[in-house]
Amino acid sequence: MAQKNTSAIPKATKHANARVVRYNKWGYIFLIPFFATFLVFTLYPLVSTVYYSFTDYKKTIFGTMNDPKVVGLENYKYIFQDGRIWKYAGNTMIMWVMGFIPQILVSLLLAQWFSDTRLGLKGSTFFKTVIYMPNLIMAAAFAMLFFALFSTKGPINAMLMKFGWIEKEIEFLQYKWATRSLVAAMNFLMWFGNTTILLMAGIMGIDGSLYEAAEVDGANSWQRFTKITLPLLKPILVYVMITSLIGGIQMFDVPKILTKDGHPADSATTLIMWLNNFVESKHYGRGGALSVVLFVFTGVLSLVVYFVMYRKKGKGAS
Amino acid sequence: MSSQDHEIKKSASVKARRIIAYVVLTLLSILCLFWFYLLIVYATHSHGEVTGDFLALPGKYLGDNWKAINGGSEDILRGLRNSFIVSGANALVCVYFSTMTAYAIHVYDFKGKKFAFTFILMIMMIPTQVTILGFLGLIGKMGLTENFLPLILPAIASPVTFYYLKQYMESALPLALIEAARIDGSGELRTFNTIALPLMKPAIAVQAIFSFVGAWNNYFVPSHVLIKKDQLKTIPILIAQLRSKDFKSFNMASIYLFIALSIFPVIIVYLALSKNIVGGTALGAVKG
Repeated sequence: MAQKNTSAIPKATKHANARVVRYNKWGYIFLIPFFATFLVFTLYPLVSTVYYSFTDYKKTIFGTMNDPKVVGLENYKYIFQDGRIWKYAGNTMIMWVMGFIPQILVSLLLAQWFSDTRLGLKGSTFFKTVIYMPNLIMAAAFAMLFFALFSTKGPINAMLMKFGWIEKEIEFLQYKWATRSLVAAMNFLMWFGNTTILLMAGIMGIDGSLYEAAEVDGANSWQRFTKITLPLLKPILVYVMITSLIGGIQMFDVPKILTKDGHPADSATTLIMWLNNFVESKHYGRGGALSVVLFVFTGVLSLVVYFVMYRKKGKGAS
Repeated sequence: MSSQDHEIKKSASVKARRIIAYVVLTLLSILCLFWFYLLIVYATHSHGEVTGDFLALPGKYLGDNWKAINGGSEDILRGLRNSFIVSGANALVCVYFSTMTAYAIHVYDFKGKKFAFTFILMIMMIPTQVTILGFLGLIGKMGLTENFLPLILPAIASPVTFYYLKQYMESALPLALIEAARIDGSGELRTFNTIALPLMKPAIAVQAIFSFVGAWNNYFVPSHVLIKKDQLKTIPILIAQLRSKDFKSFNMASIYLFIALSIFPVIIVYLALSKNIVGGTALGAVKG
């Protein structure tokens, strides 16, 4: 059947088709840089990391790397023993949640205000510019700044003393919850502007006539928000939450620079800080096992994002 | 009568909400800017001053602090230069090849195209951290440790940039234009370079800034690639190095200046182009 159809095509079209096919091979050629780079710098490293995770590959006492020997699940046993992975996962999650809850609440509120035409806020460009700015700041520099500002002899203590709010300097970074709160506060500051912009775009996409209809029916602004905005914003809220969670799992620069080693008492050590220690001590086997666990976890979360955001609209590549 | 009452009540509630909105926005703006104000103030005082009473106004030791961060193993100018080279090159290869990848998917029709597109979206979120061990093993074998290339070349495959540019291409690059170029005898690569790239300029500029900033701020991977040679280290690595020093013997005031200089290049670019940047944030994610 297909054969017959092809032969039925007039000659000129067939010729044009051949030309199109000749052009279309360039589709593959233009994809080569991306996929070659991906293969070399992501896929190959990923596969070798998985391989390392089943071996005893590490730095020997002589300072050189040993010949890797397959040891089965030894490394996985190691990272799960005494629940250390849970402790660091717990630290990471606590600091993420402490930053994320205010972030999503404040962002929702601001996004609602910015897109409410009846409120007619002036200077919203200025406010958006200001709240988005911390997102572009180098996390390492920002953490170093907070380290200096909140140090014992630092400006924050000096300011609190000057106002007479405290008698003696507070050693913020000696307290578990103060340290975690600082990390969470920095995460909040760096991300609430970004989230506001994303949610705003989502709210702008909601059909305005829905609000008009609700208003005619006598709905107040709170009802409009909970009955129209929130339900219709759900896909974007899920997207924001999961991408933020994936970012949270990767939390490293801020706690690392602020606390150096998760001080006090390992209470601010995140999963990636732990991985960083394995990389520095060149314990590729154990580090590999931790990497694989993290990869699988983020992989599952990414699939959720993919299905929520890209699949549902069914647009695909067309 | 009652409807008029209703109207008055409604406008009063809008007014009240507006006031609350302004107050909250002002407080949040102060919360965002306060730290940077302190940073500027403290970068201009002496070590003795910054560890003493609270300072609300700039001082006059900027020059001394500047001298203190020149030279040594944490030389600011060398760090800035290294960061500029890595981030600039990173941004260039990132936008050029991401546009090329988007062009391949947008313009051509070939077997496996849908799969390629889906695949790129799926790998979008693989964190660089989880492949670091294999990555370091690889660049060790390639002899590329203590080299900028491992920090630049991987940017050729940037799924997020690709996705944004692909979205933009749909509205900015009519296929008829490419057909016309073909009729005029232009080769495919030339059409891409001379017709597609210029048309994509606004989107490319936004993405170039994003990838520049991303590379500028990147700490984890560079800290494992550039370990030994001081003359190659980028700014975030130097900041970590300063952090692990003994602070009792250190000039705190100069640390503030160091931090200030490592974030100001980005802030200046941002303030100049903030409209495009803030506008560009949502495009990639929300337009599906």
